[in-house]
Amino acid sequence: MSKLVMNRRKLIRTLGIGGATALAAPSFFTRGAWAQQFCNSPEVSGKIIFGFNVPQTGSYAEEGMEQLNGYMLAVKHINGEGDGGLLNTLKPVALKGNGVLGRKVEFVTGDTQTNTDAARDGARRMIERDGAVMVTGSVTSGEAIAQQSLAQEMGVIYMSGLTHSNDTTGKDKRRYGFRHFFMAHQSGIAIAPFLAQEYGTDRRAYHLTADYTWGWTQEESIKAATEALGWETVATIRTPLGLGDYSQYLTPVLNSGADVLILNHYGHDMVNSLPQAVQFGLRDRQANGKNFEIVVPMFSELMAVGAGDAVRGIIGTSNWQWSLEDEGTKAFTKSYGEAYGAPPSQSAHTGYVQAILYADAVERAGTFYPPEVIKALEGFEFDGMGNGPTLYRAEDHQCMKEVLVVRGNENPASRFEVLDVIGKTPREEVTYDPAIFGGELGPYEPNQCA
Amino acid sequence: MTALFAQLLNGLDKGAAYALIALGLTLVFGTLGVVNFAHGALFMLGAFCAVTFRYLLTIEVVTTDPTQLSPWGQPLQVRTPIIQDWLGDWGAVIVDYSVPLSVLLAIPVMAAIGIAMERGLIRHFYKRTHAEQILVTFGLAIVIGEVVKTFYGPNPYPQPIPSDLRGTADIGAWFGLAPHILTYPIWRLVYLLFSLGVIGGVFAFLRFTTFGMVVRAGMADREAVGFLGIDIDRRFTIVFGLAAAVAGVAGAMYTPLLPPNYNMGMDFLVISFVVVVVGGMGSLPGAVLAGFLLGILQSFASMTEVKTLIPGIDQVIIYLAAVAVLLLRPRGLLGRRGVMES
Repeated sequence: MSKLVMNRRKLIRTLGIGGATALAAPSFFTRGAWAQQFCNSPEVSGKIIFGFNVPQTGSYAEEGMEQLNGYMLAVKHINGEGDGGLLNTLKPVALKGNGVLGRKVEFVTGDTQTNTDAARDGARRMIERDGAVMVTGSVTSGEAIAQQSLAQEMGVIYMSGLTHSNDTTGKDKRRYGFRHFFMAHQSGIAIAPFLAQEYGTDRRAYHLTADYTWGWTQEESIKAATEALGWETVATIRTPLGLGDYSQYLTPVLNSGADVLILNHYGHDMVNSLPQAVQFGLRDRQANGKNFEIVVPMFSELMAVGAGDAVRGIIGTSNWQWSLEDEGTKAFTKSYGEAYGAPPSQSAHTGYVQAILYADAVERAGTFYPPEVIKALEGFEFDGMGNGPTLYRAEDHQCMKEVLVVRGNENPASRFEVLDVIGKTPREEVTYDPAIFGGELGPYEPNQCA
Repeated sequence: MTALFAQLLNGLDKGAAYALIALGLTLVFGTLGVVNFAHGALFMLGAFCAVTFRYLLTIEVVTTDPTQLSPWGQPLQVRTPIIQDWLGDWGAVIVDYSVPLSVLLAIPVMAAIGIAMERGLIRHFYKRTHAEQILVTFGLAIVIGEVVKTFYGPNPYPQPIPSDLRGTADIGAWFGLAPHILTYPIWRLVYLLFSLGVIGGVFAFLRFTTFGMVVRAGMADREAVGFLGIDIDRRFTIVFGLAAAVAGVAGAMYTPLLPPNYNMGMDFLVISFVVVVVGGMGSLPGAVLAGFLLGILQSFASMTEVKTLIPGIDQVIIYLAAVAVLLLRPRGLLGRRGVMES
């Protein structure tokens, strides 16, 4: 029969091993010195859950579904599955392809219904019920602004998806909200020289604008940019979000004296309004001795496909395009194409990038504690994500990067080649003073959500 | 002036859709005395006949072209509709004309749905109050909408205009004006003419056929027709099918103008009931007249000059007009004495 003999040396050794084990266990999630309690801390729940909250129904559903594809691909790559995608090109990169801080990421999804209230409710549910440590996703700025306000209240970081309103990182910016996507003011700066070059400086513009925060700020920015060129604004008309038949709004354009129609529409709105504008013969018309032109200041691959032939020759701006030649774009297009059988849209790209950037920030911070993750993102300078050298500006949480000017392909060689990149406006030119849009980021310290 | 004329055309176009739905509603009300709140759902089902028809036509055969690469570096998949594979250029033309051709599918399918609806549900409510009829048909509309949502999803399905019918007609030039002064989309003119044709066809059917004569007689005095040994119920069932088919073809042809989704019927239903009330309950000419008048009124109210003067007037003008008509003519524009009056 063996006898338990505990001498002083054994006791010290046992206590030492036990103590080291006890100390090492929580540091699984907190390599640094931040073991604070916070909302949905993975240290407490034992799970890392990302919340992907995108419109799967409503006017912007297609963009939302693409974005969701991007998020799911990002999770695969973060967890070390697939070919690694942009983890191979992101510089600098802290992620190792083994999850975040050594543990696999899980996710929950939600449908914002292209509706601000539903987006906010969905995000709240993800935080309160599902235990999401980060929420991301949007295709309207209304959704993004509502979610980032909620995120600030609840102390959970929100990485916005597709949102182009100046307000998102302007008057409505939040410490807990981050935007990778470009914005309306930058679209105005980028597109103006091309409009002057293509259509001249003596034009009369008529705006049809989606009646919500994004439409208002895009109209304001494009109006300012075109009037600076010497264009006159004939009228600015608001149209309800989700309208199907634009005939009653297009007929007045015909005899308004305008020679350019600017469509501040996105998603299904633009997929409906642009072909109907073409059906009404606007592009065949002459007005003021010039060819009538249509401009869509912000448009995407998906919208271009949806609008069909109507998009040919139309100028707009874009956040990213799969046909770019940099290594990041090539890597993402390959990963996404193999996974989903089609090239990715800018919505998928921005979603993917946001998920990766958040995970990388956690890895660099060594903790999920939001203030430290926020500090890791603020001022982060990176490259290799398809947009050239990019800065996550600390002052307003807006990514500063080049902006693409695109045109509907006149002679597409395949069904995928619907947009041509006709110009890149460098980051320096689209960088603006964050003070011009006002707003306050708010405090770093998180609230306790439960 | 040309702006007014263009708005007039817009109004006629919109009014044509209202008139077609209201015509079916009035047919059912006039014959069966049923207030059918599921009629908008029939318009939506007709639109989905066009979606389904195109889906069937565009089932694709996928081949791989090893000489070309996709953007992600794999051999390019070439997708060709099977019908185009079989029939060549003719197949492409059929796919191109899927929306007008879908009417051929919509007529029998919608007539069958209408008859099934009448026999399966509506006939059990003939002797119930109008309030109960409204409740049951409204419930039916919700069920139909949810079933469509289950199969087709919640998002709209844009349908293309046939390539020959895209672009604009230079209406101004027809009247001697300079080119491009007054243009209008060809498909919208096609829809207007199509609607006028359907409306004319329904009226001719009721006016010049024996079947129509019996139905009109039944609308005037159902019991007397029954005493003559005519099975009027059977004929009214067929009329229900006819009303469903009219709503269906209206929906199918409207798809290039408004991408259909499961909820589109509700948007039209409310306005169409206003149209029926303004036109006069049970009056077929009244429904058509009110449909066009309210469409035109709504179109003029949406002119920038009008909206600048009274913001938001385009959203409420139809209801204001209905209030005005009911104050001045409580039976509606062409309403008959004794209908819906107890």
